Amino acid sequence: MVEMDGMKLVQCRAICNYISAKHNLYGKDLKERVLIDMYVEAILDLNELIMRAPVQPADKKEKYMADTVDKATNRYFPVFEKALKDHGKDFLVGNQLSRADVQLLEIILMAEEVKADILAKFPVLQSFKARTSKIPTIKKFLQPGSPRKPPLEVKDVPKVLKIFYGDQ
Amino acid sequence: MAGKPKLHYTKGRGKMESIRWLLAAAGVEFEEDFIETKEDLEKLRNDGSLLFQQVPMVEMDGMKMVQTRAILSYIAAKHNLYGKDLKERAWIDMYVEGTTDLMGMIMYLPFQTAEVKEKNLALIIERAKNRYFPVYEKALKDHGHDYLVGNKLSWADIHLLEAILMAEECQADILSAFPLLQAFKGRISNIPTIKKFLQPGSQRKPPMDEKSVARVRAIFNF
Repeated sequence: MVEMDGMKLVQCRAICNYISAKHNLYGKDLKERVLIDMYVEAILDLNELIMRAPVQPADKKEKYMADTVDKATNRYFPVFEKALKDHGKDFLVGNQLSRADVQLLEIILMAEEVKADILAKFPVLQSFKARTSKIPTIKKFLQPGSPRKPPLEVKDVPKVLKIFYGDQ
Repeated sequence: MAGKPKLHYTKGRGKMESIRWLLAAAGVEFEEDFIETKEDLEKLRNDGSLLFQQVPMVEMDGMKMVQTRAILSYIAAKHNLYGKDLKERAWIDMYVEGTTDLMGMIMYLPFQTAEVKEKNLALIIERAKNRYFPVYEKALKDHGHDYLVGNKLSWADIHLLEAILMAEECQADILSAFPLLQAFKGRISNIPTIKKFLQPGSQRKPPMDEKSVARVRAIFNF
């Protein structure tokens, strides 16, 4: 829940949509917006896969991680690699920074935490990662001491589950 | 390249149903190309028609749109069903995400084992009555208007009606404690485009039967 502009906003997508639109990170028209949305929704699907990794039962974890890496490298990353390659611009949509770029960087870094060389076959994404990381506000967020959170460790899972689901 | 939107999905509700509802409510006629076998899905994938190898896919306005929410947001914005400003939009998004969560739970019931299904059905009914419907009931009560946001029909209203009808399929009297939602249901169902969609012979899809479950499992491999 985010308290902002006199509202108590809930639902991740509603919150992100609001922030993106307010700060001109949502494209200039409906067609750019839908393209951004398509990219963002796919990124969120991959994000969900990675996010659920710590709670997978031990005997299913290996297969789950392999499937996650497979989706990242065969379903999702090739699309963004091609998009950037095809138009040759620095940003995914409309030749201007949008939430799609921010979320793509986020998911790249998350995916690298799963497999360090996950971008090995994606030279354009590697450049994208470097370039986007240098945007001053983003660079600042990537430095220690920022509000950016570390990955959830398996040992902390019970505590989180207890908060959301009580004693079980 | 004007023409009706073309929807690519299986012949069932799934994730495409909310899109059918929204197009119908907006008065947009559309065509459907049904995926009936695994080969049909493979063909779409091999043609390069599916950006992330997944359906729903909607051909519309020169695009092959994928990702349910992207498609819905586009249709809503295009047809003035997304509020008049950023704040109304935020409210619509919040409400729609709630009904999406609820309908998402209901969507998977046909695929669950009897034991899991029974447990989840109870959870769905509990959530509908304690978490979701009270919010919409209160919203309507507080402002006293006919529609959820901005005193005007929006995507949120259409989505809520869809969710109400799906929830009633889980428990027929699920709205018994929600008089305003009952009135809302009656009122929104009477909007001409929506009324037409609710009549037999429309493109609205029925709940899944066992045969469809088997077919969907075969197509999507799960």
